[in-house]
Amino acid sequence: MTENDHDHEHARLLKTEHPVGIVGYGAYVPRYRLPAREVARIWTNGTGGLPIEEKSVPGLDEDVATMSIEAARNALARAQINPSDLRAVWVGSESHPYAVKPTSTIVAEAIGAVPSTQAADWEFACKAGTEAMVAAMGFVGSQMARYALAIGMDTAQGRPGDALEYTAGAGGAAFIIGPGDDSLAEIESSYSFVTDTPDFWRRQYAIYPEHGQRFTGEPAYFKHITSAGEAMFEATNTKPEDYAYAVFHQPNTKFPQRAGQMLGFKPEQIATGLLVPRIGNTYSGAAIIGLTAILDVAKPGERIMMVSFGSGAGSDAMVLRVTDKIAGKPQLATTTEEYIARRTEIDYAEYVRMRGKLTMK
Amino acid sequence: MDIPRHWRLKKQRYALVGEVCEHCDAKLFPPRDICPECGEEAKTLFQFSGKGEVYSYTAVYEAPEGYAEQAPYTLAMVKLDEGPLITAQLTDLGAQKPAIGMPVEMVTRLLRSATDERGMLIYGYKFRPAVAQVA
Ligand SMILES: [Zn+2]
Repeated sequence: MTENDHDHEHARLLKTEHPVGIVGYGAYVPRYRLPAREVARIWTNGTGGLPIEEKSVPGLDEDVATMSIEAARNALARAQINPSDLRAVWVGSESHPYAVKPTSTIVAEAIGAVPSTQAADWEFACKAGTEAMVAAMGFVGSQMARYALAIGMDTAQGRPGDALEYTAGAGGAAFIIGPGDDSLAEIESSYSFVTDTPDFWRRQYAIYPEHGQRFTGEPAYFKHITSAGEAMFEATNTKPEDYAYAVFHQPNTKFPQRAGQMLGFKPEQIATGLLVPRIGNTYSGAAIIGLTAILDVAKPGERIMMVSFGSGAGSDAMVLRVTDKIAGKPQLATTTEEYIARRTEIDYAEYVRMRGKLTMK
Repeated sequence: MDIPRHWRLKKQRYALVGEVCEHCDAKLFPPRDICPECGEEAKTLFQFSGKGEVYSYTAVYEAPEGYAEQAPYTLAMVKLDEGPLITAQLTDLGAQKPAIGMPVEMVTRLLRSATDERGMLIYGYKFRPAVAQVA
């Protein structure tokens, strides 16, 4: 590689002018769980393999706004900052409660961040949350703002009987991005890999999404995650052994395991952030809620690689380094594992009611 | 539906913001600007912690219009740690039975169900069993 090639590699990275990082984080997972075997019992007479053990299901009074509010409150509890110091409240999701009217204003109002703030909803299938994080990095890293809140949250729906119904879960996470010096984990850089790929979509008035069948694996998920991860290794001159943890978008149990293997990570590096077997695919929340589970146990100095994936398609890769400010932070709010342990199993009938698949008129 | 009324009440309803009396330190919820303890003016906003316990409760089977999709549900009087008693729905009970003295915490949830596809969504406080007690 010539000196020029190296500069070119490095230039593809997004690095902030001033150091930035996560000053507070918070997760949310609803209480109810639908075992995959329940879906199989209804639709396949219990035959066939199961992509996960169980998925989280929101209660009748929960949506992306209420779930984002709780995750944001947890992030504020850990950041210990005044909510009126947030200059952005950004919510990434593909299940915003309104077609027109921002989720972010509801969240900003509930946490006390109004009125002097940016507020917007982000959309890019399952990478809307990391897209908002990258924007927050720019906002803070340019010193336009001291703090910005980025959330990824979903209450995903699959058509009854479709493969997605086994895995479409609910949950997500919120991150307060702030100055590097105040951060519990510095975000050293990010890199995004994006192409026009028709692997998964939902038209405006459709309730359930469509997927391009075999298009979802190789050309979409694996191609984007491994390209982003490999470019990140190259541009930062790092290798898998330099990371204590890696976490990826996780639509089922096998995909992130295989993506990790393709990038050269060992199973123990991805185990902590691999939550999909127990909560399902939380879409915009999937990679980032895995990150919260890692931050709950990480030690100062440890490096984390996170790579999200959104259909349509693209991946955001981020390299984070945990700082000594992590000490005592996980205990300031409900941890991700505590939410997962708060578990009430439901059957398919209760699920049908909770997800509004039962009409009352 | 009274949109202006919902809009005016959103601060107290989304986040349990009440008032504190500067004269005797009594905490007020809902906010009413006059302290019930000492009769002085009390207009300073106060953010409640959201922690409390169930003081009494009742099950609602015949829900009023707009709440039918969530029935049956539990309505409780919750004694907040800061003093006031307030009435609110209990949520996320799972298989748990409500009980007097049960530690609860405030969450912001949909108050009115979203099954009417055209209407506005109304959010507000409810209480759930404290997560630390469940896990
Ligand atoms: Zn008073």
